[in-house]
Amino acid sequence: MGVRVQQAAFDPGAELNALHAANLGIGAVVGFAGYVRDFNDGRDVAGMFLEHAPGMTEKALEKIVAEAGQRWPLLRCDVLHRVGPLEPGEPIVFVGVASAHREAAFEACRFVMDYLKTRAPFWKKETTPDGPRWVEGRDSDQRAAERWQQD
Amino acid sequence: MIRVQFYARYRETLDSDGEQLAWSERLASVDGVRQALLARGGAWEVLAERNLMCARNQELCSLAEPLEDGDEVAFFPTVTGG
Repeated sequence: MGVRVQQAAFDPGAELNALHAANLGIGAVVGFAGYVRDFNDGRDVAGMFLEHAPGMTEKALEKIVAEAGQRWPLLRCDVLHRVGPLEPGEPIVFVGVASAHREAAFEACRFVMDYLKTRAPFWKKETTPDGPRWVEGRDSDQRAAERWQQD
Repeated sequence: MIRVQFYARYRETLDSDGEQLAWSERLASVDGVRQALLARGGAWEVLAERNLMCARNQELCSLAEPLEDGDEVAFFPTVTGG
């Protein structure tokens, strides 16, 4: 289990492989990687800056990982999120979940991402041809997170 | 004393990353702090946004969350990580 918030780049493939970590009880590993796109909301995006709230952000991620561990029998759950300046094509977030069977790993990975999108203090500021702009939250992200409260 | 923090667009709009408010009973909830700041008018009206999020002592909370002297409060726009 581990939460990391860092400016440095990372390799999603290496993160995915590290999840197994020679634990022979792990039968399923699911990883999600999110990348910076070069287009959003009708504008070219040349790059972005990711702001976070040091301390509060790590706490929020740890709480989400802990809740995933209560809902599903997980053997490992890693969350890695970058902050600072980012360019299109760069990985921005990685969530990796390991469990004995696939169902828990698939569901927990999606749960962690849905909650991260709506509860972890990160804010994207995009660089566009019209200047910098703060990305606005999406209602679809709120609905995705709310689904987990109805189950 | 209540320590107030602002993040992202609110920090820019308010040109402040935070401040300290002397404790008084009217600050006994997160919304009490918000109302005290809103009363300043002008740029502070950004704190009236429907999608405003807030935290008490680094944990997300609702506006109704009670506060005690010494607590830290944060206000910020909807989060957009991931």
